[in-house]
Amino acid sequence: MLRKALSAAAVLACLTFGGAASAAEHGHTLRPVTFSFDGPFGKFDRGSLQRGYKVYAEVCSSCHGMNLLSYRNLAQKGGPFFDEKYKNPNDNPYAKAIAAAIEVPDIDPDTGDAITRPATPADRFKDPYPNEPAARAGNGGALPPDLSVIAKAREGGAHYIYSLLTGYHEAPAGLTVAPGQYYDEYYKSDLSSAWKGPKDKVPPGGVLAMSFQLTPDRVAFDDGTPSSTDQEAKDVAAFLAWAAEPHAEERKETGLAVMIYLLIFAGITYLSYRRIWKNVAH
Amino acid sequence: MSGPSSYEPKTAFERWLDVRLPIIRMANDTALDFPTPKNLNYWWTFGGILAVCLVIQIASGVVLAMHYVPNAGLAFDSVEHIMRDVKHGWMIRFIHANGASMFFLAVYIHMARGLYYGSYKAPREVLWILGCVIYLLMMATAFMGYVLPWGQMSYYGAVVITNLFSAFDGVIPGLGTYITTLLWGGFSVDNPTLNRFFSLHYLLPFMIAGVVGLHIWALHVPGNNNPTGVDVKSKSDTVPFHPYYTVKDGFAIVLFFIPFAWFVFFAPEALGHADNYVKANPLATPAHIVPEWYFLPFYAILRSIPDKLMGVLAMFGAIAMLFAVPWLDRSPVRSMRYRPTARWFFAIFIVATIILGWCGGQLPDDVILPIGKSETGAPTGFTVVWLSRILAAYYFAYFGILWFLKNEKTLPVPETISAPVLAEKV
Repeated sequence: MLRKALSAAAVLACLTFGGAASAAEHGHTLRPVTFSFDGPFGKFDRGSLQRGYKVYAEVCSSCHGMNLLSYRNLAQKGGPFFDEKYKNPNDNPYAKAIAAAIEVPDIDPDTGDAITRPATPADRFKDPYPNEPAARAGNGGALPPDLSVIAKAREGGAHYIYSLLTGYHEAPAGLTVAPGQYYDEYYKSDLSSAWKGPKDKVPPGGVLAMSFQLTPDRVAFDDGTPSSTDQEAKDVAAFLAWAAEPHAEERKETGLAVMIYLLIFAGITYLSYRRIWKNVAH
Repeated sequence: MSGPSSYEPKTAFERWLDVRLPIIRMANDTALDFPTPKNLNYWWTFGGILAVCLVIQIASGVVLAMHYVPNAGLAFDSVEHIMRDVKHGWMIRFIHANGASMFFLAVYIHMARGLYYGSYKAPREVLWILGCVIYLLMMATAFMGYVLPWGQMSYYGAVVITNLFSAFDGVIPGLGTYITTLLWGGFSVDNPTLNRFFSLHYLLPFMIAGVVGLHIWALHVPGNNNPTGVDVKSKSDTVPFHPYYTVKDGFAIVLFFIPFAWFVFFAPEALGHADNYVKANPLATPAHIVPEWYFLPFYAILRSIPDKLMGVLAMFGAIAMLFAVPWLDRSPVRSMRYRPTARWFFAIFIVATIILGWCGGQLPDDVILPIGKSETGAPTGFTVVWLSRILAAYYFAYFGILWFLKNEKTLPVPETISAPVLAEKV
């Protein structure tokens, strides 16, 4: 009876508190969207990653760096531009061409002068600003965060990024929005100090220094996919999810093999156990 | 290590070695031929599981330390370097990070088993206390390890926990400040803190391994307790450790690897916190600082008391109670199988501790049962902090209840370990 009571209590505790905890943490429910890489067997969609990189390169990269990534990463196994023919991503023509189109700062080895040169696949993604004060000065005092691991650094990951990028609209009446600030329904913050309405009806979301970026047709996709706001947001969110953990796909594939191995191994050990203990009353 | 040795050297080399360093004899007597009660259930497999956890943590940690850079400016990026550029680095890191959680999960089950079956009672008090020492060392190691990636939660976790010691200024003026300065290596959490935490994080696991050796030694003197709590009376009560328990523990270890691998490969961040993927920034405090899940019950106890010094003392006291439990529980019956009253208090104790853990993850002022509304329209009522207070009070009361249950009416205890087995079979 005690055992039953205990397990019932445990199940009840998990249900009640698990539910309460997730409700408390997420506050405003994110916009529903499904990604190909969701779940334990999900994989990245190469086309989406390529489009997502284009959105990053043509829109986001003017303010946001990704300094944990090099151009070669784009062509490594599992990356947007991987090609079986080029095992070494530094030889991949896409990575080379993408890098070559970007001028990065360097020092002339002969004179010591500050120069720029075309990037190579080994170079890190170019930072949009030379330093933090420059980045802040260009953005009304706000610092655009580096996007390398942003999909892991925000609760909700790619789903949150997608909601944020598509969640801009007119601020609710009664909310003070300073010049250079923009209201987003999904941005995580506490608006109670800027809210003039009833205290128990503080709107969800927050104000941030980034305005709505992903207007329809902002990016022309090479594969002909219509570039709606929704498509651009989804693709760039997928790209950022890949960038946050480029080995995620390899991780899940390995995991599947590990699980199968462990289940078989557990079965064999169990049978050995039964056989060895066969003649012992216990 | 106890009783006459059953080892007979068979080869010339073994005979030669046996009179110089009887290491094969020791292995035989402790891990192969050791007489073990034949009625141990699966709760007893967690000792072996914990030994495996320790080996996994040390092995994966040694490799991580080859690539990690303990410097406030480089630590975060070096962890990402492991994730991105080190061959299978992502796997080693996720095994190590989730391994810590699995280690604590196993240790909590192991401790609960000891509490339920009275494994702390004479003559196993020293064995139990050594276990408590291992647990303390594990907490210190895990805390310092969590600081190493130098993300926001690492940094502010270090700030909150080290600042607890400043409460001792209330005991002897200057004492708390002295301790915190010593921990920090300066006047705030900074590069020197990270360096010493890394050094200690590498040292403590080997101290744990040493105490584990003592723990096993202290186990092998009285031998295992068992679910009946009855002492081994004859050889028919036991089986040799090998192959009987090597195979049973082996099976349990493989089973344990299944959820372990699930976390590593399919949900590696589920037990972590998103904020720890933001580089540590001393100028931007996260809205909600929470420790790892395995510290949450103690964190809830700490926050349930408004006075800082008393809160810190209560938190340490919660662990100190474990050291004292062999002398707080005066019942002559070991196993709670035969203690119908105590087992209910024990069950409530486990549930209370789990709910305390939940409380530790919430904001103290969060309302659980709304009763009314304040002037600003915010709901008021029964809050997390009050629930924590009730549960923390029960946590401490449990150990007092054990003291008063000395003369509890117990169920008939079997004569021998074999007796209940035979009775059930009839």
